[in-house]
Amino acid sequence: MIHFVVHDENDSVGVVVVEGVKAGDTLTGWIMDQDREIRFKAANDIPIGHKLAIKALGKDATVIKYGTDIGRVVAPIGVGEHAHVHNIKTKRW
Amino acid sequence: MDLSKATFQGYRRENGRIGVRNHVVILPVDDLSNAAALAVENNIKGTMALPHPYGRLQFGADLDLHFRTLIGTGSNPNVAAVVVICIEEGWARKVADAIAATGKPVAWFGIEQHGDHDTIQRASKKAKEFVQWASELRREERPLADLWVSTKCGESDTTSGCGANPAVGNAFDKLYPHRTTLCFGETTELTGGEHLVAARCRTDEVRKKFQFMFDRYQAVIERHKTSDLSDSQPTKGNIEGGLTTIEEKALGNIQKIGRKCMVDGVIDKAETPTGPGLWFMDSSSAAAEMLTLLGAAGFAVHFFPTGQGNVIGNPILPVIKLSANPRTVRTMSEHIDVDVSALLRKEMNMDQAGDALLDCMFRTANGRLTAAEALGHREFVLTRLYESA
Repeated sequence: MIHFVVHDENDSVGVVVVEGVKAGDTLTGWIMDQDREIRFKAANDIPIGHKLAIKALGKDATVIKYGTDIGRVVAPIGVGEHAHVHNIKTKRW
Repeated sequence: MDLSKATFQGYRRENGRIGVRNHVVILPVDDLSNAAALAVENNIKGTMALPHPYGRLQFGADLDLHFRTLIGTGSNPNVAAVVVICIEEGWARKVADAIAATGKPVAWFGIEQHGDHDTIQRASKKAKEFVQWASELRREERPLADLWVSTKCGESDTTSGCGANPAVGNAFDKLYPHRTTLCFGETTELTGGEHLVAARCRTDEVRKKFQFMFDRYQAVIERHKTSDLSDSQPTKGNIEGGLTTIEEKALGNIQKIGRKCMVDGVIDKAETPTGPGLWFMDSSSAAAEMLTLLGAAGFAVHFFPTGQGNVIGNPILPVIKLSANPRTVRTMSEHIDVDVSALLRKEMNMDQAGDALLDCMFRTANGRLTAAEALGHREFVLTRLYESA
């Protein structure tokens, strides 16, 4: 069963695609572009559609999704942690 | 899906364009004419009024856009005939004459010196004539190249970029070689991925025009913004759905233009493409505004991917909704025409998702009502560029 998807193997985040992910759950991820699977433990409860970090990201790091820059880290994010507006901001506006 | 001999059943209009609906529209030019237009719609069954709040004391480019949108809406091939109503005769005639250039039946009525009662009576007589005439028009078999298809997503979430938007991209990649006319837009919603669109422009001239439109819209944001636009763009719904930044939203959005299509041309709001291919229209990313502009540009069918569940429709443009979010297709099933949530369970591949959407497109073009049509969603929203005089 697929719990989260990743667009590209160089991405720093994946997207949870099932409801009810709880901290401590072991999640199976599908890297779509390379069609391979990975496993991570969720560090937080993560709602469907929200992201988890699959790489540790320090403050001011660039977040990569679709193989492209989607913003900057404003608070450190550990592997398996919920990555969203509380720790990532736009670089554009 | 082999589309080389694909056809659909459409209405051939006087100017050669092919429609997939057969509406008789009662078109108010301004806010003051809404009451009379709605009264005519009520009197004559099978007609549709398009009330809206604007049209008074607009000027310059904003007034041009107002006229272009109304005239384009009346000229759309999904519209068989039009009754134009305006407080002043002059502008009623101006809009009606421009629509009549398509060759379709158009009548116009000014309210001043007549009042609502007399206007409604005269307009109703004409509307009855038009609707009975239109009811005898028949569909004919047409090649796929005659179909104009647009796309724009709404209340996106991260599943849009993983599933529903690339499904549209897959369908666009399949339609493109058959000389269909395709369109996307949502100018601010390319922010962070504009270089990817620029790289897909067919010529330097197209790229230059795209960049001009993109930069023009960024200047509007820079001039008026009071924050990073969080909760507006991305919307609260986007953020609830897991989208964090405009860049992330944009990269998901751009999936809709597939992997093979090239951008063949760039048009301003509500302008009509001049040939087949994929067109970029400079536009707001607000769903009702952009769909109204696409209807005015002449598009006949629309692909609308949603994540969190935008419920939008359009009065003249059938809006096909698809979603890859399993929660949305469960909780809002009445709004979803094509469920592609199996993509994210790896139980459907992108080629199958694109085919499912194309299958729904043909059925819709042949006359099947979309969820939005059946539910009565007729959002008609005119884009304003600035204040009235």
